[in-house]
This record gives sequence, structure tokens and C-alpha cells, in this order.
Amino acid sequence: MNLNIKYFGLLTEVTLCSEETVPFSKATVSELLDLLFEKHPDLKNKDFQVALNNEIVSKDTLITANELALLPPFSGG
Amino acid sequence: MSRYSRHIVLQEVGQEGQNKLSQAKVLVIGAGGLGCPVLQYLAAAGVGTIGVVDFDVVDISNLQRQILFGTSSLGINKALAAKTRLEDLNPTITINTYPEKLTSDNALELFKPYDIIVDGTDNFATRYLINDAAVITNKPIVYGAIYKFEGQISVFNYQNGPSYRCLFPNPPEEGAIANCSEIGVLGVLPGIIGTMQANEVIKIILGFDGVLSGKLLCYNARTTEVSTLKISKSKNEFENITALKNTYTQRSCKTQVKEISIENALKKDRIQFIDVREYHEQPQLDLPNCMHIPLSRLEQDQNKVNLKNTNILFCQYGIRSKTAVEILQRHEITNCYSLKGGAVAILDHLKINI
Repeated sequence: MNLNIKYFGLLTEVTLCSEETVPFSKATVSELLDLLFEKHPDLKNKDFQVALNNEIVSKDTLITANELALLPPFSGG
Repeated sequence: MSRYSRHIVLQEVGQEGQNKLSQAKVLVIGAGGLGCPVLQYLAAAGVGTIGVVDFDVVDISNLQRQILFGTSSLGINKALAAKTRLEDLNPTITINTYPEKLTSDNALELFKPYDIIVDGTDNFATRYLINDAAVITNKPIVYGAIYKFEGQISVFNYQNGPSYRCLFPNPPEEGAIANCSEIGVLGVLPGIIGTMQANEVIKIILGFDGVLSGKLLCYNARTTEVSTLKISKSKNEFENITALKNTYTQRSCKTQVKEISIENALKKDRIQFIDVREYHEQPQLDLPNCMHIPLSRLEQDQNKVNLKNTNILFCQYGIRSKTAVEILQRHEITNCYSLKGGAVAILDHLKINI
């Protein structure tokens, strides 16, 4: 299936896009992350949480929808 | 007409709601980009007791977004300067100022007399301190944070809802995130995010439904896109917090690492080379003015570093020495550089020049 991945904050500076579509044939969030790390090696050094269908989920969650987002913490004020 | 007539005519607020506002006590941490609009709207709304915590002074580069201040506030402590403006805006309320840093020593005492805590800080260390202190004292946090054109807002620890650590359990790795105003921010962005924080504070005080708890709102000022992400509560993140840690390491923008080439390093006065490789690493270099403090011992041996020298830290290739510089900078040892290319670059330089 094709997943739509949204990037927030400084992650867009690593991926050079705010959104992309990625073909995915495996099962879990961490398997998706392995794929994204291959595509964008610098993502590996960044802190972020993953949202699946607008809900923050853990890395072992099964991907059951196509909308994902990678969200880093912000500290500015 | 009274000061609050536009509130009182609202059926959902009324005199009863206005009384709730005047009885409320809100502590705002940070009177910067986020804190200024929060303070302005809470004071205008008649929140009866407002505390302001900020150790910093007003700088001219603040005026682009910190709307409580003017040129007459330059050099004045932000909490005190904010009070001057807020008292003019609304002399009927009480403003308590705390011109000091929020620390593990004062946080719990400061939080105690207040009903709601507003996080308007600009660094992770204070954000985690606020989270833990609010969990211990059982106070809701109205959270806001910004990065360039984007902002995040949420209400944590509200009516048994999730905390900041349920979203981001631990602070990012050292140096992983540039997190300061020096990277730039669109001035109006903290205005928008801070105003939304003020709105959440007022909703909590008035007892409205739909408080932004268990959700993180993400706003992008360039695209005007809003995403709301659900956050689940993690019990561990509450049960693990029984006391504050001694230190919440400051990981602010001021720890930007200065790098230097061997050629430029040799032009400096009072050079002190510091080899931060472990003792067994080869090749050993026979350099004048060189001491050896392995990275693994630097934290405890940082007092061996002479502040008056220009300290040139090197490892094998110039990677670990950057971490070493960060460690020294945290101990206020700022006159230090990470040597580009490390020991390898020194050897190359010696070969060419001997």
C-alpha cells in the first residue's frame, strides 16, 4: 500500500519535503522507520514521535491506515 | 460600562464566569515570545492573580515579538518590565514577579499557590522540570512551543489526562536539536500560539468543555494548516515522577560548538591542546602545551581546564571533541574549540611543516 507521510518542524529540513508518498509492504511502524532511514539517513539522529491516523503510537504498532506523521519536539518560546 | 462588560454579556461567561477569572491564580513561566501574549490576555481578562517567572532582561532583538516591551524596557528584567505594562493595562489585579530562574530548588514552592501553570519557556530542560513539578503538585500545564514557522499547543496533566512525558518521554539527545531564537522565528507565530495558550487557560478557569487535553494541536503559519494529534496517557510517566531531579541539564542554543582548523588554532594566543581520546588510543602525539583528559573523564575533570587559555580540544577525527566542547560549555568554560580533523589533521600538519 502507499503511505502518506507528513513531516513537522526540523524534520522537513532533513527530508527536504513536508509530505511524501511511500510504497510499503511490511507491517509495523518500526519497519516503516527502517525504510525511511534508508531514504533519509539523517532522520536516524532526530527525536520524534509517530502519529498514525492522527494518533501518537508506539514503534511496534501495526500500520492499519495510510496517514502518518513524524513529529519532533519543539523547544522554542 | 464596566471593564469586563463584553465578557459579562456572554451568556457562557456572565458575572459568575468573571468572578471565577478574578479568583483564579495563574503562574506564567517565561515572559518571552509566548509569555507576553499569554500575560497580556490574562491580565486584560481580569485573571485575579498572575505570577511571572523570568530571570532574563529585555534585549532589542526581543521587541520583534515580545509585545509587552518597548525601547524603554531595554535592559530591565522581563518579569519586572512585564509587570509595569500589565499594571497599566489592568491595575485591579495582582501581579507577582519572580525575577529568577526556575530550578529544582524553587519550582515546587513557586507552583503551590497557583491553580494553572503556563509553559512559555524556550528550552527542553525547563520544560521537563515544569512537567515533573506540575505532576508532583498536581497542577495542569498549558503548554506551547515553537520552531521557525510552526507551533505546538496542548494542556497537560489536566483532569487525569496525559503529561508532556506521555508525548515525549525524555529530552532529545545532546545537541540533536537546535532550539533557540537565534535560528529565527516569525514574530507573529508566538503571538498566535501564546494567544491560543491564553484561550486554554481561560477555558480551564471557566470550566468549559473541549479543553485541549489528550491532544496536541500543531499549527503551521506558512500554510495555515492545523493538525490535531491524539496523545495517550502513559501511567509510567506519572508513577516514575515522585521527586524532582537535582539538575535538568540546560540544552540551549548557547552550546553551539566552535570548530577551528589546526592552522587557525596555531595563530591563537595561549593555546592549550586537550587530547580527549581515551588513554589507549594511538598515535600518541608529542605536542607542546598538550594535556590529556579522556572524554569519559571530562565531566569530573573539567576543573583541570584553565579558563584563561584558548583550549583546543581534539580527538581522532574531530567528532567526539565536539561533544567535549559542549560539556565544557555547560560548565561555563566557553573559550574552547573543537579541532577540525582531530589528531589526523595535526599529524598531517606536522608532516608538512617539519
